[in-house]
Amino acid sequence: MSQETPRTRTIAVGAIARVEGEGALRVTVKDGTIQDVELKIFEPPRFFEAFLQGRHYEEVPDIVARICGICPVAYQMSAVHAIEQIFGLHVDGALRDLRRLIYCGEWIESHALHVFMLQAPDFLGYESGIAMAKDHASLVTRGLRLKKAGNAIMTLLGGRSVHPVSVKVGGFSRVPLRRELDVLKNELLWARDAAVETVRWVAGFEYPEFTPDHTCVALCHPDEYPFNEGRIVAGTGLDISVDEFERHFSEHQVSYSNALHCTLQGAPYLVGPLARVNLNHDRFPHAVKQVLADTGLSLPLRNPFHGIVARSIEILYALEESLRLIDRYESPSAPSLPVTVRVGTGIACTEAPRGILYHRYRVDGDGVIREAKIVPPTSQNQGRIEQDLRLFLPRVLDRSNEEAALACERVIRCYDPCISCATHFLNLEIAQVKE
Amino acid sequence: MQAIRIIGLGNEFRGDDAVGLLAAIRLQERVGNHVDVIEAESVGVELLDMMKGAETVLLIDAVCSGQVPGTIHRLDASSRPVALGLFRRSTHAIGVGEALELARTLGVLPSKVIVYGVEAEKIDIGHLLSPAVDQALHKVVELVLREIETHVCTNSIS
Repeated sequence: MSQETPRTRTIAVGAIARVEGEGALRVTVKDGTIQDVELKIFEPPRFFEAFLQGRHYEEVPDIVARICGICPVAYQMSAVHAIEQIFGLHVDGALRDLRRLIYCGEWIESHALHVFMLQAPDFLGYESGIAMAKDHASLVTRGLRLKKAGNAIMTLLGGRSVHPVSVKVGGFSRVPLRRELDVLKNELLWARDAAVETVRWVAGFEYPEFTPDHTCVALCHPDEYPFNEGRIVAGTGLDISVDEFERHFSEHQVSYSNALHCTLQGAPYLVGPLARVNLNHDRFPHAVKQVLADTGLSLPLRNPFHGIVARSIEILYALEESLRLIDRYESPSAPSLPVTVRVGTGIACTEAPRGILYHRYRVDGDGVIREAKIVPPTSQNQGRIEQDLRLFLPRVLDRSNEEAALACERVIRCYDPCISCATHFLNLEIAQVKE
Repeated sequence: MQAIRIIGLGNEFRGDDAVGLLAAIRLQERVGNHVDVIEAESVGVELLDMMKGAETVLLIDAVCSGQVPGTIHRLDASSRPVALGLFRRSTHAIGVGEALELARTLGVLPSKVIVYGVEAEKIDIGHLLSPAVDQALHKVVELVLREIETHVCTNSIS
C-alpha cells in the first residue's frame, strides 16, 4: 500500500486468491494521462520446471497435470507430444482421436465454468455466480450440467476427472470400449443443444464498445480446428513450425512481477478462444459456422468482451467434435505405442482452453528429464491484458476506486486468466504522479 | 444414500495447502466401509457433485484467516454460510465457501455439512508441511474420527 499524498490515489480491493500469489494492478496517472500499467496476476510454473528435472519421463504427465487444476489435460498433452518427438513416436488413428476427445472434454468443462459462473454474471449485473444463481437457478444448473458433460468425457478417458491418470507417453494406459463411449452420447446430444442456446444467449448481451488492436496467435492445421497439432500462425502473417517458437517469441522479465512477459516482434499478442476463432473459423463444421453467423457478429472478433461468444462457440464445436469422434471410434489394438528411450530435446505446442501452451524437454539416455521449459497461455496474454487495461482505464478513472477496480476485473476476466475465478481478486493502486 | 462422506481438499505441491488431502488419505486407512472418503485436489463447483448422495459431509481444507498456524476451526455449514474469505481459493475455481453457498442456493446442500479448516502457515509451492500444520494434521484426523463415532452412536440410538 502506498502513502496517501494529496495527488495520490491508492485503492486496495480485497485480497485475491492466495494460492498463486496476490493479484495486483498498479496504475500511474499524471495530469489525467495514464503513464504506467503494471499488472501482476500470474505466477509462471517455474517450480515445476525445476521439479521436473531429475524425474523419469513416465512421471511427467502426473506432475504437469498439477500445474493447472482446470486444464490438466492441456499440460499432459503438450508434455507427451514433446517427449514423443524426442522418442520418434507419432500417435495416430484411434489414439489420436482419443486425445482430441479428451481435450474436447476439457474445453467444454473449462469454458462452461467460465461462461456461466465467471463472466455471465458481469454481463447480467451480478457480483458473482452465486448471486446470479439466486435469480437464475435454471441457467446456472444448465451451465453446471454442461460442465459435467465435459467432465464425463475426461473421467471416461482419463480415469479421473481431475488430474487424469491414464494419459501417458505413447497413448493411454487404458482405452475405452466403443459401448462405453456410446453411453455418453445422450448427454452429449443434450449438451450440444444447450450449447447452441448458450451461444444465442451470450450473443444477446450488451457489450461495451471496445476494439483494441490485437495480434492473434493460434495453432493452425490444414484439416481441423486445432488441438494437439498444427503450425503457429499469427494475424501478422507469421506461419512457423512449433519448433521455431523460441526464435520468434521472446520472454523477458519485468521488474514488478514474477511473470515473464512474452512478445512477438517486440509487441504483446493474444492467445485463446478469440484468437483461435479468428484464425480458424473456416475449419468449423457447417453447423457451427451457421450458429456463429446467426449471431450477426462480424469476424474477426475484435472486442475482448466477445471472448464469451468465442468460448460458447468452442463449447459447441467441442461437443460436435466429440460426437463425431465417438461415432467413428473403434478400439485400437493397443492402448499405447511401445516406447524406446532416446536422448534429445523435444518441443510441442497444444491449444489449452486459454490458448497455446508450449513445452520443451531435454531427456537423457535413461529417460530422465534434464531440462524443462513451459510457457503457459496466461503468461503470454499478460502483456496484452495490460495494454487493453491501459486503453480501457480512461473510461473509469473518474469513478470511485471501488468501481474502477471492479471495471478492471471485468476486463481481465475477458481473458479467462488463471486468476479470474476469485470474484474480487485485485489489489488496485492508482498513483497520481506529481511533476 | 451414503450416510457419511469425508472430503479432503488439497494440493500436494502447495505446502500447507496439502493438509486436507493428506487428512483424507490417512482417514481412508482408518474408516470402515460405511464411510466414503474422497481425496480431492481441486475445489470448485465439482464440490457439488462430490457431496451428492451423502447425508452428512465432513470437509477438510486449509484456511488462511490470520490465526496461529495449526489452529483447527470447526464450522457448521448446515445452517449458515461459512465466511467466504476464510478458505484458500484455488485460482482455477470458486472457493469452498462459495461452492457451499451455491449448493445451498440450488437446494442441493446435504442436510449436515461440517467443515474442518486447518490454519496454514505457508502455501508457497513446495512439498512439505510446516511443523505446526503437520501436528494439526494428526489432530484433525482424530477429531474427524471422533465426529464419525459420535454421529454413528447418535444415529444408532435414534
